[in-house]
Amino acid sequence: MEVVQIQRNLVDYTKSLFMEGFLDGQFLQLQQLQDESNPDFVAEVVSLFFDDSQKLLNELTIALDQPIVDFKKVDAHVHQLKGSSSSIGAQKVKNACIAFRNFCEVQNIEGCLTCLQQVKLEYYLAKNKFETLFRLEQQIVASGGSIPMIEMGF
Amino acid sequence: MAAQGRHGGRKSNKMTALVVDDNMVNRTIHHQLLDNLGIENVAVGNGKEAVDIHCSGKAFDLILMDMDMPIMNGIEATRKLREMGIRSMIAGVSTRSMEQEIREFIEAGLDDYQEKPLTVSKLISIIRKIN
Repeated sequence: MEVVQIQRNLVDYTKSLFMEGFLDGQFLQLQQLQDESNPDFVAEVVSLFFDDSQKLLNELTIALDQPIVDFKKVDAHVHQLKGSSSSIGAQKVKNACIAFRNFCEVQNIEGCLTCLQQVKLEYYLAKNKFETLFRLEQQIVASGGSIPMIEMGF
Repeated sequence: MAAQGRHGGRKSNKMTALVVDDNMVNRTIHHQLLDNLGIENVAVGNGKEAVDIHCSGKAFDLILMDMDMPIMNGIEATRKLREMGIRSMIAGVSTRSMEQEIREFIEAGLDDYQEKPLTVSKLISIIRKIN
């Protein structure tokens, strides 16, 4: 495939992630921090996010499986996940965390378990989307092209 | 020639900052935001580490303080730093948005408060308040 076509695909794909609400303006902020001195900044931060989130999801699974659930602990983990998802612009993960915290507040175990499944689902969807995004970027760079800047009007 | 940050901040002015956040993702982003403005910075993972680094004799023009952290949270750390006579600009940076939640943090000795996620424009508005 010609590099111009892959660049077009990347722009369309990125725009679709914003239109579908997977990403918000914070992701553009992240992209603006990347330059020649740190060309992999976004990919590194996103990778940190997924590693960290995986640990938190494991801890949440264990915490909600206890005979007596420590909702303060559960809420602290969800708070962490909400903070980092909002920092990278992973909007659907962040929104799932907001709903989760509401059930923590009223100590509703069933609601928390449903939300945990939803957060896990959004986590895997986001991971998949980011992987596709970075793969397209790598294809462009490998073909000698440059990554097009995305303007979303935020 | 003095090194310049991407947004024109001169490294030669020696403005320094301390990032206090237990979340690795946020630490990395805040570090890069400051770097791009030409502000030398180091990051620590909780309030106690922020107090310890000051006890070791280091000083900073700006401290970006998270609120919810293990071992020592941002409220306790800010209070402790002020008790120690630290007069640096301390800006609270947290996901908390409820007025009553933020009030205790501000009363601990903050100069400014910004809701996460931190952006270039929010950071510039904090820096403008220094001096």
